[in-house]
Amino acid sequence: MLNAVYQLKRPRQFELVYQDITLDDQHVIVRPTHLSICNADQRYYQGNRPEEILNKKLPMALIHEAIGQVVYDPTATFAVGDRVVMIPNLPSEEDPVIAENYLRSSRFRASGTDGFLQEYIQTVPDRLVLLPEGINLTVAAFTELVSVSYHAIGRFFESAHARREAVAVWGDENLGYITSLLIKTMYPEIRLTVMGVNEAKLNDFTFADETFLVNRIPQDFAMDHAFECVGGNAAPRAINQIIDYIRPEGTIGILGVTEDPAPINTRMILEKGLRMIGSSRSGRKDFKGLVELYSSHPEVVDYLENIVGEQITIREIRDISKAFEMDIHKLIGKTVMVWDK
Amino acid sequence: MENSNVFGVVLAGGKGTRMGNVEKPKQFMEIGGKPILIHTIEKFVLNTEFEQVLVLSPKQWIKHTEDLIRRYIPTRDRIVVIEGGTTRNETIMNSIAYIEQQGRLNEDTVIVTHDSVRPFLTYRILEENIRYAREYGACDTVIAATDTIVESRDRASITDIPDRSTMYQGQTPQSFKAMHLRTLYQSLTEEEKQILTDACKILVIKGEQVHLVEGEVSNIKITYPYDLRVAEALLGGK
Repeated sequence: MLNAVYQLKRPRQFELVYQDITLDDQHVIVRPTHLSICNADQRYYQGNRPEEILNKKLPMALIHEAIGQVVYDPTATFAVGDRVVMIPNLPSEEDPVIAENYLRSSRFRASGTDGFLQEYIQTVPDRLVLLPEGINLTVAAFTELVSVSYHAIGRFFESAHARREAVAVWGDENLGYITSLLIKTMYPEIRLTVMGVNEAKLNDFTFADETFLVNRIPQDFAMDHAFECVGGNAAPRAINQIIDYIRPEGTIGILGVTEDPAPINTRMILEKGLRMIGSSRSGRKDFKGLVELYSSHPEVVDYLENIVGEQITIREIRDISKAFEMDIHKLIGKTVMVWDK
Repeated sequence: MENSNVFGVVLAGGKGTRMGNVEKPKQFMEIGGKPILIHTIEKFVLNTEFEQVLVLSPKQWIKHTEDLIRRYIPTRDRIVVIEGGTTRNETIMNSIAYIEQQGRLNEDTVIVTHDSVRPFLTYRILEENIRYAREYGACDTVIAATDTIVESRDRASITDIPDRSTMYQGQTPQSFKAMHLRTLYQSLTEEEKQILTDACKILVIKGEQVHLVEGEVSNIKITYPYDLRVAEALLGGK
């Protein structure tokens, strides 16, 4: 079958190309239905990656956060019509120690290999996780992003020391919201503080115990551990502020992506004996765990509805461009593209 | 989908006379290492709305078509190969007769008819065909004309240049409420039947509405050797 693939040819220009898919007895075929735009997609779309990277990776279909409906499954793992979340990480080996999302041999959709902006996705059933019946599909569209937080929190608490009375999250945007929400849901006993730069956004963190603007953090404030969910140019300042406020031997989880190396106060990391844990992406285990959390704590899905920004119906390439342009000008929230059946 | 009352009708009747020296009908030519017809059938098979996908073939190519389907499509229980008719519209009538023989024909039955040699059909086009055929009774897939259309009745000089903004180029699918289409077709005279090469025109000359579905520039019909080269180029995605 000649599968329509909507590739980014060069920044701000999509192109429809076709790739052959052969129906066989091992691969499931999914029709993507709801696709969520990530900052990483925007960096390609706007051309905010170094030129050699753009030259190497484009043309490429964007989007690594998406759900879809099974249309063909010769493996009988799913029923036709099942709604599934698609895992963008594509491991090529199994390692008993290293997680699939850190294996250098793994590929990742919309980063070196085509993303979900395609007519159909052909995949092994292992890269699909069944969604709970009746789940809000717009929220489910960005399950991948939530799974990244879920994964980071899991790793973090595996190694952070046992005193966990106070945890702080730096970042008042989507990643900060999701990470804070999951921490409070999974560890309700923790006193959770959120630091941000926009008071209006911080007011939406109603589940947190307290919030502060980063320039108004009380001097005597301290926390046992912290997460950095800022990324970009502001990430170094956030990390250094965390280093200032964190108690000795605390752990700092780094989730924000920066394009340039970040200068950080290593002297104080040494003096306080701090640990830093980097986290990136997620794997099947995280998707499974998160979908179970959606079922056991449906209020998480309700809270996540707060960060749905625009929902844009797409039929063809110009609608996709429109969605990306609207996403650039959004104030907050995730932009979700919905295929008009 | 069981009992969806929507049938795919893949018209594979062409004998390929326009394809230069090629002997096989053009639907059996390969793109990306696979027969064009198979690419087209796969698009229908993956759309779960179709109760069945009927492939209409000239009698002498039925076995060959069935063999190819067996070779390339592992799950093929919804695909049926039946014999086409002498003209495009007779072929469509054969598909309706088949549906009737299965006891599945009623007023709401929708057929989505499509040229087997348009393998770049997309999911969206199929969906919109089903939707508009259900809603309006008939629809035709078109793209806005980019070239100016020039009419010449004597094939020597221009008789008219219609306003381009109102001109479209017809593609397929063309989709219909099957029973209604048949009733209208049967009301035509033999002469009219001979002239009508386009199924939508059956409705148009009877003054019935045919809704437009926006096609794709890439939804090309593979008719000439040049088209095969274009098709291979469209497949060029990295």
